[in-house]
Amino acid sequence: MSARTSNRIFDIVNITCVSLFVLFCLLPFVHMIAVSLSSNRAITSGEVTLFPVELNWGAYTQVFSDHSMLTSLGFTVILTVATTLLCMLFTIAAAYPLTKGNLKGRKFFMYLIVITMFFSGGIIPEYLLIRDLHMINTVWALILPGLVSPFNLIILITFFKNIPPSLEESAEIDGSSYMHTLIKIVLPLSLPVMATLALFYAVGRWNGFQDALMYINDPQIYPLQLKLFQMVQNNMVTELTQMEGANRTALTPEALKAATVIFATVPILLVYPWLQKYFVSGVMLGAVKG
Amino acid sequence: MTLTKATQVTKTGDFGKRKSYIKRYWQLYALLSLPIAYFLIFRYGPMYGVQIAFKDFNLFQGINGSEWIGLEAFREVFAMNDFYITLRNTFMLNFLDLLVSFPAPIILAIMLYEIRNAWFKKISQTLLYIPHFISWVIIGGIVYQLFGTQSGMVNAVLQALGMDAIPFLTDKNSWLITYLFTGVWQSAGWGTILYLAALTGVNKELFEAADVDGASRMKKIWHITLPSIKPTIITLLILNLGKMVSIGFDRPYIIGNTAVREYSDVLSTFVYRIGLEAGQYTLATVVGLFQAVVGLVFILGSNYISKKVTGDGIL
Repeated sequence: MSARTSNRIFDIVNITCVSLFVLFCLLPFVHMIAVSLSSNRAITSGEVTLFPVELNWGAYTQVFSDHSMLTSLGFTVILTVATTLLCMLFTIAAAYPLTKGNLKGRKFFMYLIVITMFFSGGIIPEYLLIRDLHMINTVWALILPGLVSPFNLIILITFFKNIPPSLEESAEIDGSSYMHTLIKIVLPLSLPVMATLALFYAVGRWNGFQDALMYINDPQIYPLQLKLFQMVQNNMVTELTQMEGANRTALTPEALKAATVIFATVPILLVYPWLQKYFVSGVMLGAVKG
Repeated sequence: MTLTKATQVTKTGDFGKRKSYIKRYWQLYALLSLPIAYFLIFRYGPMYGVQIAFKDFNLFQGINGSEWIGLEAFREVFAMNDFYITLRNTFMLNFLDLLVSFPAPIILAIMLYEIRNAWFKKISQTLLYIPHFISWVIIGGIVYQLFGTQSGMVNAVLQALGMDAIPFLTDKNSWLITYLFTGVWQSAGWGTILYLAALTGVNKELFEAADVDGASRMKKIWHITLPSIKPTIITLLILNLGKMVSIGFDRPYIIGNTAVREYSDVLSTFVYRIGLEAGQYTLATVVGLFQAVVGLVFILGSNYISKKVTGDGIL
């Protein structure tokens, strides 16, 4: 066998393996779409795999006419945007002063922040704090506890430090204040890294679940994940009761659950391809130590 | 005017210096005050609350009003059977996850690196990263649909192939497969990024020299590609070992269920269950504190090992 054919065989095997792995990542979504579009009879008899059986849009009509689902989606979008803005504001406010080496107390503030990366009070004291601040069942319980991620903060400090000092110095000589320098010079030079951090915060809030489970029990302000969870739990109960031979006709339609899952996934899939490069660069930034 | 001011400064000495320092930097301190207030309230506030691990806490008397009980709560926790089960499960799930989910991105990254078709490579990467952005709640919904014993697709396929259905969600041993599957599915693609980044730094001349020697592709992978990502592998492995005692809440809580609790109950879900569901705040805080302290020891330990092995810490 010549080197060329063995090379070719290697390529074919390699591309096949990668393609299989890509399929492995995608098939669950394809299956969920198929289930969401199938009739209940076909789903429960296990006929649906990758294509809809007895095509049926009923589940989506139901999801989109479910007022509480749309409210939850709207609330989660607003919550995510607001959280991301506040997080960025606070992270920038912390990062910029901490790049100034001659600022008195800088080291102390750095230690104060870094310590929290390695030790935390735990969820019970956190819960009690939120309770004492009367934030249970308010959006503040979902926004304030995670306002600054020390990890993101260190990424931003590292980035700010790498901006050539001459750019800032020239502004300072011109008598520009720190605030002015930050807004006019530093921030415009940091747009890509800020996009990355904003995305980290946004995804974290969008997917966040535990805090909502702990702090929110007013259905009016259920974030999407918490609302979805109740259906998942419902699914789980279904699975357990089936074991005991319960009557399956009485169950929530599987198609509806699948449609809800797709409904909650689509927003992520819509924005993700456009923002992918910022996510990837974020991982690299995180790998470079500050 | 300015001249008189300057002489005043020299006359008043230290005070004047301080005044001009404040004048120069007050904006920075003003900026910093917001996030520092955040850290003090929302990060150090809970640390102050940790004292209830040593108190007989009840909601009406609050943190300060509750009575000190020393280490009594610790004794009670260390006598609990569930504590040891959840501790064991935390280690077991993390260890199995490391065994399965750690090698996956390495293999995948090498395969991606070997693809010459830039277009195919880019599309594959984009698709492989997607699961990373899917929340555990959604993954949970998918898992219950896929792995159901009676109507799940996986079991339908198994049965079509003439095999018995596997109770992926209700039998604790089979459930481990489900748990590990979700880990690989969610993290393998995303995990390739750091390895691929390390591979961009490989000297292409090495491959050319190997070509001259007539080395096969597998040989080149073994002798060039793998050694060049070895430092990344070691660093990430040590980092992962340092996290053995910490476990997220969402994944075991959502993928797990009461039928498999014997394996799915871990420290984070245990704290939630006894603390917020059963209202035993003191006991839950003790478990949380135990986890935080042991976690810190593990991280410092892994940092020490990293310094010994790679000459560079991970902190």
